[in-house]
Amino acid sequence: MKCRRCRGRAVVEVPRANAAFCSACFTDHYVRNLVVRAIRHDRMFGPDARILVAVSGGKDSLALWQILVDLGYEADGMYVGLGIGGYSDRSGKVCQDFADRLGRKLIAVDLEEYAGYTVPQAAATKRRPACSTCGTSKRHVFNAVARDHGYDVLATGHNLDDEVAVLFGNVLRWETGYLARQSPVLESSHPSLVRKVKPLYRIAERETAAYCVLKGIDYVVEECPLVDGNTQLKYKRALDALEEQSPGTKHNFLFGFLDKGKEHFPADGVELRECESCGSATPGDTCAYCRARSAVLLTIQPRPVDPDSP
Amino acid sequence: MKLRNPDREVTVTGPLRVRDLLVGVGLHPNAVLVIRDRELLTGEDTVADTDTVEVRPVISGGAR
Repeated sequence: MKCRRCRGRAVVEVPRANAAFCSACFTDHYVRNLVVRAIRHDRMFGPDARILVAVSGGKDSLALWQILVDLGYEADGMYVGLGIGGYSDRSGKVCQDFADRLGRKLIAVDLEEYAGYTVPQAAATKRRPACSTCGTSKRHVFNAVARDHGYDVLATGHNLDDEVAVLFGNVLRWETGYLARQSPVLESSHPSLVRKVKPLYRIAERETAAYCVLKGIDYVVEECPLVDGNTQLKYKRALDALEEQSPGTKHNFLFGFLDKGKEHFPADGVELRECESCGSATPGDTCAYCRARSAVLLTIQPRPVDPDSP
Repeated sequence: MKLRNPDREVTVTGPLRVRDLLVGVGLHPNAVLVIRDRELLTGEDTVADTDTVEVRPVISGGAR
């Protein structure tokens, strides 16, 4: 099998493009060009933007950080330690080692120190799925740190498969509000919100993994131990089965929606105000993070001893 | 052959094309990478009886 670009020996197949590439053409042309196209097409940020990359130690966020730095952007990283035992310890070390390799700053925040709980403690309450509380917590911390450190934009490693799985779930449940908001760029709709962008949204999950292997990026391969049974994983497996039969299905689904479907789901125009507790943007009195945090803290903090009880 | 997530080892008689190897163990070629000596293999590559390869899933889930 030959590289479509240079006719050398191919090492990565891209069935959705009916193509295969050698290592250099895949990393330095195919992947790099898709990221550049995303940044320009969606006007994600300019050449002088201060970018904070949300990193987990996984393939997508580390690949994104590497590509942005290679493209010459001023991009620092931010890692949130979730307290998931050895998994979090290994992930934090991978992120710090990678920051050292890039020569860029990594801002590390420990969720237990910041919010008073770990993700396993939140999961143990069983009030909400572990991934739900984890996502709410990370989004809050990432935004707060990006805002407080003066970054212009927060970049996340969401890839094509992530975006397709989210779209698939929202269509299955006809979540019209979420469909209206699904976009590679989430504009700041309140002074407390930092603009968010997804520069990898044109790149498939297998392609970011291949990019890391070819670039020698030592990412965390093991899956989060709390993710078992996650709905998004089920959607991805179903979509993979479709993609196997008809390459390009995922790409066409997402870009068909962005080009032709999204316009039918207008934004709800809900006015945001400041959370009474933390000041973050929220449509209600208290933001989702503060509500989740309160619920978790109620269950894990020892109740005060009643001196009159027997 | 070393399979990841969960980690386990499977012995398969070769030589086999990578694509046939994956189908034989019930994996979607689009959902994994096959790595031999730190090099990626395509579905058309052949693995020999004596080769050791890592089959690495590429799907990640959860809150992002």
